[in-house]
Amino acid sequence: MSVRPNVRPAGHKPPFWRDRAKRALIFQLILVAVVAAFLIYIIGNTQANLSARGITTGFGFLGNTAGFGIGQTLIEYSSQSTYGRTFVIGLLNTLLVGGLGVIAASIIGFIVGIARLSPNWLIAKLANAYIETFRNIPLLLQIFFWYFAVLRTLPSARESMAFGEAIFLNVRGLYLPQPLFESGFGLIPVTFVVAIIASIALIVWNKRRHEATGKRLPVFWMSLVIIFGLPLLVLVATGVPITWEMPVLRGFNFGGGITIIPEFLALWLALSIYTASFIAEIVRSGIQAIPHGQTEAAQALSLPRKLVLRLVVIPQAMRVIIPPLTSQYLNLIKNSSLATAIGYPDLVSVFAGTTLNQTGQAIEVIAMTMAVYLIISLLVSMFMNWFNARVALVER
Amino acid sequence: MLTKKHLALLASAGSISLAGMATAQADTLEDTIERGAVQCGVSDGLPGFSAPDDDGNWQGLDVDVCRAVAAAVLGDAEAVNYISLNAVERFTALQSGEVDVLSRNTTWTTTRDTTLGLNFTGVNFYDGQGFMVSRDLGITGADELDGASICIQSGTTTELNLADYFRANDMEFNPIVFDTSEQTVGGYQAGRCDVLTSDTSQLAALRIQLDDPEASMILSDVISKEPLGPVVRQGDDLWFNIVKWSLFAMINAEEYGVTSENAEEMLNSENPDVARLLGQDGNYGEGMNLEADWAYNIISQVGNYAESFERNVGMDSPLEIERGVNALWNDGGFQYAPPIR
Repeated sequence: MSVRPNVRPAGHKPPFWRDRAKRALIFQLILVAVVAAFLIYIIGNTQANLSARGITTGFGFLGNTAGFGIGQTLIEYSSQSTYGRTFVIGLLNTLLVGGLGVIAASIIGFIVGIARLSPNWLIAKLANAYIETFRNIPLLLQIFFWYFAVLRTLPSARESMAFGEAIFLNVRGLYLPQPLFESGFGLIPVTFVVAIIASIALIVWNKRRHEATGKRLPVFWMSLVIIFGLPLLVLVATGVPITWEMPVLRGFNFGGGITIIPEFLALWLALSIYTASFIAEIVRSGIQAIPHGQTEAAQALSLPRKLVLRLVVIPQAMRVIIPPLTSQYLNLIKNSSLATAIGYPDLVSVFAGTTLNQTGQAIEVIAMTMAVYLIISLLVSMFMNWFNARVALVER
Repeated sequence: MLTKKHLALLASAGSISLAGMATAQADTLEDTIERGAVQCGVSDGLPGFSAPDDDGNWQGLDVDVCRAVAAAVLGDAEAVNYISLNAVERFTALQSGEVDVLSRNTTWTTTRDTTLGLNFTGVNFYDGQGFMVSRDLGITGADELDGASICIQSGTTTELNLADYFRANDMEFNPIVFDTSEQTVGGYQAGRCDVLTSDTSQLAALRIQLDDPEASMILSDVISKEPLGPVVRQGDDLWFNIVKWSLFAMINAEEYGVTSENAEEMLNSENPDVARLLGQDGNYGEGMNLEADWAYNIISQVGNYAESFERNVGMDSPLEIERGVNALWNDGGFQYAPPIR
């Protein structure tokens, strides 16, 4: 036969199942339909089962009075507040320990990661011992260690350790003086914002000048002086309009001032130290991933050592560091739900614990809690992806 | 990271989503007979109420309710599968059918009875919330607790009573909420809080677990009503009746003087109340699809209410709780069972 199988007569369209694009579209439609049908079935079945069992459903409970106390509240709360308010309280406590944990873990992690590469034998081994110890002990045990082991060694409220007459440490927490701002203090934050804007302007101007003339100013130190010096100057000029409320022992506990509860300290320490050991390894691998030739090439261009690190090594290392770093941040935030084991009032303890049990609305409460962790995690990864795209090497 | 508790909750919540429609109207009695064991939800270890003994057998006042139901339904008090539940997961476990009876020092409240799809079958212990404090604080009454740090177990009515009490008396407090009673005691012993609050019966049980029980005392103030009782799912009235009357049989047995030791002789009793209770006069188990000897099985294998009380929480136990309001109605207490006739 002389007819070749691959040649079609002109004007003849192939059947749709032979068209790759259409076929792909159909498969995707089928998948969407299956997922949608599954969701509809699950939701319908849940509702039917719940009503068949006489279980109240819906989110109306969020408006009811909660009626229980919470140990640490960042915003106004009393037992007369609503269940919806307990959700916000728990969420803020989770964000507080998560946010401060991310900052502390990053700082410790970067220091230990760089120390691990130190030519000093002792420093490198110490960093190594830190990493191998803390990343190989389960986090829950570390939390218990910081909470129970450290808590038991602290003195009781009446025998607190005092640092001066202002700071007290005992088994109930760390008590700090609280600044009370008097009238006229409003000028300080305004100056602070002005100083930041001035610094940004300085940096932009310096960059343009550098491109035009090749000359540089030490803008980092200059902006530091502007940002902190200027508000300080205004503070002194206005006669320091701050008074300090000191913690005072009243009955069982200290009153007044700021209280940092031991549950927070234990959780924050445990999360930071545990996650930092992973971040340290990520930082080390990021730095080691840059071939030594890059450093040598930069030095051959007679760049000073500081600029070699800042302009050549670190930007490339960040490409390697940031994606796994994002995972560590997400882990830290999710791990903060272990708070419930030591009584830190985070979202899981307050909302998915007490509120769930008082209202009995398990499905609604657990769904809301899961949605919160999902949204926090997605936001963090969105930010980190944006940051990664910014620091990524622009290849030409 | 999710703790075990939340995994269990998720699993239970998921099972409500996935369970077929048929199970909603399940016949618990039939399922129990087919399985040959009662699925009973108990605490995660509360001496006197539900805790495993040295040999790993569950013992306690709440456990005896499960054993009574098993004796009535299956004729064997040992045919019970115990499922240990913490305060938060207990209702979900019952709703989703993981357990058929929840006998876990659970307080009977309006919300729990009316919105969770559950029914309380009675009260096996009348309790009230109290406070345990360290003796060297020199406190004698609850009204001296202004500003105190208080350790509580999460997910209990205790949290609500506490807030109400302090608000009503215009006092401040600082709650530290733990997940399990073990951790709560840990926090109290570490000195994290001045006061541990719970139902007074639980305080007695927790106190004997302390390193130095003598250093702590339980204040005499009781700030709330805590009627504790067994719970079943709503919608299966037959099963509801069985659990309800299993407890009533134990209370009636005490009233009529029937004990595990004399139950066999009592079969020949002339007393019509006893004859009806033990199935010698008419079959009062019929309405519950049970044999006529259902109550005889309970009393001979588990004992009457007084025996169960003294053995587990009363003077024969380390807890040494007095009968007090839990005495029979004709003895100055609240325990009163409707007659069997």
